[in-house]
Amino acid sequence: MSTLASLTRATLAKDLRLEWRSKDAINSMLFFSLLVVVIFSFSFDPTAEESRRIAGGLVWVAFLFAAVVALNQTWARELRNQVLDAYRVSPAPPNALFLAKVIGNFIFVTVLQALMTPLFIVFYNLRALGPAYQLPIVAALGTWALVVNGTFFAAMSLRTRSREIMLPLLLFPISIPALLAMVEATGAILTGEFSAKFWIVLLAAYDVVFTIASLFLFGFVLQAE
Amino acid sequence: MSAEFAPSRLYAILGDNGAGKTTLLRVLAGLTPPTRGTISMLGATNLRSICSQLGYMAHPSLLYDEMSGMENLVYFTRLYDAQSDDQRCAEVIRAVKLDPSLTRPVGQYSQGMRQRMSLARALLNDPKILLLDEPFSNVDLRSAREMVSLLAGLRDSGKTIFVVTHQASLLEGAADEFVWMEAGQIVSRTPDLRPPDTRSETP
Amino acid sequence: MKRVFPILAVLTAGLLSYALYEALVAAPTEQTMGDVQRIFYYHVPSAWTAFILFFVNFFASVAYLIWRSSKADVIALVTAEVGVVFCTVVLVTGPIWARPVWGIWWTWDLRLTLTLVLWLIYVSYLVLRRFSSSGQTPLLAAVLAVFGALDVPLVYFSIWFFRTQHPQPVVGGGGSIDPRMLHALLINWLAFSCFAALVCWSRYRLEVLHREVEETMALEALLEPRSPQTKTSRSGSGG
Repeated sequence: MSTLASLTRATLAKDLRLEWRSKDAINSMLFFSLLVVVIFSFSFDPTAEESRRIAGGLVWVAFLFAAVVALNQTWARELRNQVLDAYRVSPAPPNALFLAKVIGNFIFVTVLQALMTPLFIVFYNLRALGPAYQLPIVAALGTWALVVNGTFFAAMSLRTRSREIMLPLLLFPISIPALLAMVEATGAILTGEFSAKFWIVLLAAYDVVFTIASLFLFGFVLQAE
Repeated sequence: MSAEFAPSRLYAILGDNGAGKTTLLRVLAGLTPPTRGTISMLGATNLRSICSQLGYMAHPSLLYDEMSGMENLVYFTRLYDAQSDDQRCAEVIRAVKLDPSLTRPVGQYSQGMRQRMSLARALLNDPKILLLDEPFSNVDLRSAREMVSLLAGLRDSGKTIFVVTHQASLLEGAADEFVWMEAGQIVSRTPDLRPPDTRSETP
Repeated sequence: MKRVFPILAVLTAGLLSYALYEALVAAPTEQTMGDVQRIFYYHVPSAWTAFILFFVNFFASVAYLIWRSSKADVIALVTAEVGVVFCTVVLVTGPIWARPVWGIWWTWDLRLTLTLVLWLIYVSYLVLRRFSSSGQTPLLAAVLAVFGALDVPLVYFSIWFFRTQHPQPVVGGGGSIDPRMLHALLINWLAFSCFAALVCWSRYRLEVLHREVEETMALEALLEPRSPQTKTSRSGSGG
């Protein structure tokens, strides 16, 4: 168990260090997120009343697009020199690699969200009429849902043609309940008209189910030739 | 195919492209499952249980281009051991005649240096069995010869080494056996470098 | 086993004809919706058949993951394909029914939406099978099928709660059902299930043959000697 934790930590540290060193990926993604927000703001220009209702949907679709861009490059460094073979040949637990990647992506996407959210608030004059403290909970649970399945499907896509389109193609249908929950919960909190509690519980259940499933099945996917 | 290999030997695996040499190595490494049959290594049929005693090297370097050699090895030791042993990493880098204090990222190495660093990675866990796929490709003659004498020394200290190569002449004098493969089968095994009689002539 | 197939085929043909008669003629006309309601006898049994097929797909996928049986893999492929077809029927008949009755093409009705999501998941499953290189296809597909199956209850609950928050018309009507209509419904379901079994079975045999041919061809290519001199004086097969 401690090998798992320490290897996860070491892998995560390595990934963060490498990301910090090159900074290309994160810079281009930050800019992409900015563009997404601006384009959405041009396309949907509702009144303050309406925008509170639809902001949930808008914001999460924008996050989803940004997340897919981040997820697509999850394994890029490992692919370059067939580094994955080195993992497969070693006795290292594959889940350490998986968890490190998921946590890394989670941090990544959260950073993107931290940039995009203030912009959305500004463009749409958003203000939460419901319990605002629930928003970070929804954000965290929702991001984990996208990132845990996204990292898993990114690994599956490595063995397919058209890798970059395969990831969203696999991710979107499976994420539908989570997306619905994220959008409804955000809408509920912003409008204050409903309670977001059911959706938060659903998101938590989704996260638990798919984190366990991914940990269980990642070894198979990694070993697939 | 069916074969037996003895410990503490250096085997050179030769043959045309597509003969199945890389596949054989990958099957031994546990990367590709065999379509039929079983493999028994170090007394175990489950390769996963003895994988800590294997070292594998292939044509791609299996290293992160963005990190220096030392950083790469310090990370990769953790795949075998919870602690990373800086001493061991430096030792292994010196064994392949490279400088542990070099901070240049591996992506900027010359091909020869990269191959040697990849070999160092394969040696990190002090494996009993070494599987090397084309370790000398694009490596200058002097470095290649140094690698061969390193491998011979490792064999003498008790390791079993399988080397797939197109440059058979490099291993003359060092290899215990030359294994020729064709179309997925072993066609001959000789203690010296002599192409088997049954090979069809290539124009 | 070979004799069962034609018997099943004849039985299916018979059942389908009887089911057609039941649905279009024998069953009573619904009082509010009129004859349009008869599409119910296609819409609902298709949905049930699709769900059963996906259920089988789930078990076949798990069987593959545990035993690596290629038979299980073929069953998974076959049920997914036929399941998607039945799902498409549900998704097409739904709007056709909804439009004249409620004036709208689509409603986020529980069954309809669940079917849509299942359709999406299984189409992505078929795309994965098409796009991955043949060695790992069974494994990746089986893993995706497990994920899909785990998703289904979550989809169900999310749509169910969504509808309590945003009420919408229900396609298919709830409440009690006239026994004559129930009879027609069940006959149609039986007919569709036999038809599904028939199609799955022939597709299964087709796929098994296809794989055998591919394997033989691959083996032959491997054993073919590569030297050009063999071209002139050879006859018969290689290897």
